[in-house]
Amino acid sequence: MKPWNNKAWLFTIPTLVLVAFSAVIPLMTVVNYAFQDTFGNNVFTWVGLDWFRKILHSERFLAALIRNLAFSAIILAIEIPLGVLIALRMPKKGIGVPICLVLMSLPLLVPFNVVGTIWQVFGRNDIGLLGASLKGLGIDYNYVSDPIDAWGTVIAMDVWHWTSLVVLLCYAGLASIPDAYYQAAQIDGASAWAKFRYIQLPKLSRVLTIAVLLRFMDSFMIYTEPFVVTGGGPGNATTFLSIDLVKMAIGEFNIGPAAAMSLVYFLIILLVSWVFYTVMTRHDD
Amino acid sequence: MAAITLDHIRHAYGPNPASPADYALKEVHHTFEDGAAYALLGPSGCGKTTLLNIISGLVRPSEGRLLFDGQDVTDLSTQGRNIAQVFQFPVVYDTMTVAENLAFPLRNRRVPAGEIKAKVAEVLDMIGLAAMAGKKARGLNADQKQKISLGRGLVRADVAAILFDEPLTVIDPHMKWVLRSQLKQLHRQFGRTMIYVTHDQTEALTFADKVAVMFEGEIVQIGDAAQLFDEPAHTFVGYFIGSPGMNVLPIKVDGRRAVIGGQAVALPAGVKIPAGKTIELGIRPEHLTLGRTGLPIRIDRIEDVGRRRIVRGKLEGLDLVIAAPEDGEVPADPHVQIEAGKVGVFADSWRLGTQP
Repeated sequence: MKPWNNKAWLFTIPTLVLVAFSAVIPLMTVVNYAFQDTFGNNVFTWVGLDWFRKILHSERFLAALIRNLAFSAIILAIEIPLGVLIALRMPKKGIGVPICLVLMSLPLLVPFNVVGTIWQVFGRNDIGLLGASLKGLGIDYNYVSDPIDAWGTVIAMDVWHWTSLVVLLCYAGLASIPDAYYQAAQIDGASAWAKFRYIQLPKLSRVLTIAVLLRFMDSFMIYTEPFVVTGGGPGNATTFLSIDLVKMAIGEFNIGPAAAMSLVYFLIILLVSWVFYTVMTRHDD
Repeated sequence: MAAITLDHIRHAYGPNPASPADYALKEVHHTFEDGAAYALLGPSGCGKTTLLNIISGLVRPSEGRLLFDGQDVTDLSTQGRNIAQVFQFPVVYDTMTVAENLAFPLRNRRVPAGEIKAKVAEVLDMIGLAAMAGKKARGLNADQKQKISLGRGLVRADVAAILFDEPLTVIDPHMKWVLRSQLKQLHRQFGRTMIYVTHDQTEALTFADKVAVMFEGEIVQIGDAAQLFDEPAHTFVGYFIGSPGMNVLPIKVDGRRAVIGGQAVALPAGVKIPAGKTIELGIRPEHLTLGRTGLPIRIDRIEDVGRRRIVRGKLEGLDLVIAAPEDGEVPADPHVQIEAGKVGVFADSWRLGTQP
């Protein structure tokens, strides 16, 4: 048994206060709204679990949820392997290292709304480099009217924006593998694939766990970039949960359902992240 | 198994070496005999790991040839040379079991499954890990992991040599003894050529039949424990082997006498002193006797190390270490006597041979 030291709490108070103001109090406000209805004038009526029932049975919510899960699945399926591949191909020493690292960091340094604007212009088929080029090649590309093109654009944008994060994490992970491992593998006659499978991949498992978690959470909460490029359209084709949520809360002023939805949303992220984490670290002792 | 010949090998890490100082490994010309156990002994940065990596093929020598049983392997890859190496830090494939780790080098070489199974079982017994065959390698401790590294070398029937790069560095002291004697036993049992790099003289002398002492990029002497102790070829060997190391005293030569400050001792018979070189006298602390007669010294400090005492003092202002018996007397007016025939004479650090 360790003795309790109550003075230790003193050290955590500043952090607790900060977290309370930035997270706990707003979250509790949302919880409060989720169980009540209002027509303005600061008049609230208790509705119990009504909003939750409504949200969980709402087709609009389920459609946005499925779209969002599909989006996250697609970008993870592209960004994680692509990131690992690029990290493996990056130079290990020489002048190439800083050049590659700077190039890789650039997309990460661009503000989200600017990323959206870049791709919004890039993809326009009248003046955008990408859109106009595709049109010039005779491909009928229009992200404003075609849902498939809209999805393609949003996914390409996310891959452009975030693959670097996976690359940098994996590059750091690879750099931490001592040379002796590669030398031993060479002596054991291992093929390039065997080296990847039995040395690099196991050593990358931790950074990949972090990369998958970060990319899942971020992509599941994506808002700014698709909002700037497609505004959730055409129709509702790219309306992800967060876009829908903002529409509901601010556009339609349905604070109660929006609060209930954000809690469900929050719990889904928590649950999926926990599942990922548990599955990916089950081998660790 | 193979005899390993280093044919005038030199190595520099930078391009275009100009002076001898640019070489991490100065000229090495030597044959490691088939089936013997050798140790490369020397301080950090003396080139011993470079030499080992040249033999294993991880480093290509700048000059010279490497022969395995007379065949030139200088340009062969590590795989092509068929060498096994155990590294300073244990290298195991974390996600594989112990048995899979041992099977890995064989699987890569497309050995039939039945043969792999038999060989792995044999090596598991040899290294004493049979009970853990099915365990994941990541859960093992350092000495077990190091045994797996060794096992991956033993499992291949045809390895030319097994190389060890300070393999006991991360092993607990009490396990070092166990592993070292097991290694020695495995060598006796299988007669593989083994080359063992270390900076620990005890490790080198207990493991190897022949120890090659390296200093500043060259092998200064190759010999067994007795040769290195009694007839060090270089003052560095005298200093590095033995605990404490040999006393090295700069002298002036006056005919057949060595002059140390105001004192004189007779030089060993048959030694021809060359002119124009720095001449030094090398005397092991074990060959000095403390007493009332001989050369007068001053005693600074006495360390009791159990079975004997290490007396540190000054002879004519020069540091002198004497190994005295534990119950020996320390006179108030101490003198030291040099055991005849145990004195080496060194010219520019190299031992002068005695001619009859």
